[in-house]
Amino acid sequence: MLPALPLDEAGKYVAGAYLVFLALLLIYLAIMASKLSRIEREVVELAELVDRKAEVKAEDGAAPPPAKEPIA
Amino acid sequence: MRSSTSCWRTEPIVYGKGLRALSLATALILTGAFAMVFFYAPLDADQGFVQKIFYVHVPLAIVALCGFVAGGICAIQYLRTRETKWDMRSYVTIHISVILAVGVLVTGSIWARASWGHWWVWDEPMLVSFLIVFLLYATYWPLRFSLEDKEKQARYAAVFAIVAGAFVPLNFTAVRMAEQYIHPETLATTTGGMPGKFALTFVICLAGMALLFVTMIKYEMASKHATFRLRSLRRKLAGDDDELTLGGRSAAPQL
Repeated sequence: MLPALPLDEAGKYVAGAYLVFLALLLIYLAIMASKLSRIEREVVELAELVDRKAEVKAEDGAAPPPAKEPIA
Repeated sequence: MRSSTSCWRTEPIVYGKGLRALSLATALILTGAFAMVFFYAPLDADQGFVQKIFYVHVPLAIVALCGFVAGGICAIQYLRTRETKWDMRSYVTIHISVILAVGVLVTGSIWARASWGHWWVWDEPMLVSFLIVFLLYATYWPLRFSLEDKEKQARYAAVFAIVAGAFVPLNFTAVRMAEQYIHPETLATTTGGMPGKFALTFVICLAGMALLFVTMIKYEMASKHATFRLRSLRRKLAGDDDELTLGGRSAAPQL
């Protein structure tokens, strides 16, 4: 093992190690943020799907019933 | 076809529960721990300021290795119960452990450069054994991805997680028992344990890192659970009866 480095030289290594840890956390946070935005997008799509289904149901309900064919 | 709300009734697990409190506790303890590293713990007589790297490097390593073992335990539970939630837990635990292992390798390398004058030393058993463990777990995703059948994927991945999880403590013990190691010991030395201030700081750093690990697992589980439920709901609304088939090959398990 080398003799202990002076503070000014050792400081950059210590800062580097803690920055690596911080960077890992931030990268993970960014990945989680992208996942969250994807979930949000899917929720919006789901809401649109529900709205469309509700519209179709309302249109079906408003339409007059089909005319009965005369029995021969 | 089940009713539109049945998926919520059959799986009432909410992974995001308590996440806010856990996140706050993690942030608080980690901030306090790092403050103690720089303002409370004294300088090491041998290594000087560089020793401060150990407060992030060693807790990361301990938590990552424990995570690998925990992944194996979850895999045992999966094989016993065949419940997919255990496969998911095993997958997520290993996933987060590998992320932390990257941090261990990089911070260890920085310490090695400062203390030994080299970024990497190939004849140092601890470094090489950790790299082997990391590379072993790096094959976990290709293994899962190579299997299309989800049941088979979960089963094979569980066997892998158990074998690799058993390898971790064996490997660690073997390295500790090796005579020619020069890697510094943290928890015990020939002259006794760590002095009080060092030990207290180290324990709080370890607690913070363990909390961070649990928080990350809960985030990941909540995210995966929400994604799966949303897709399942969308398929049901679209009138697709085959709600469990999400399409596309994936290494991730499906809840």
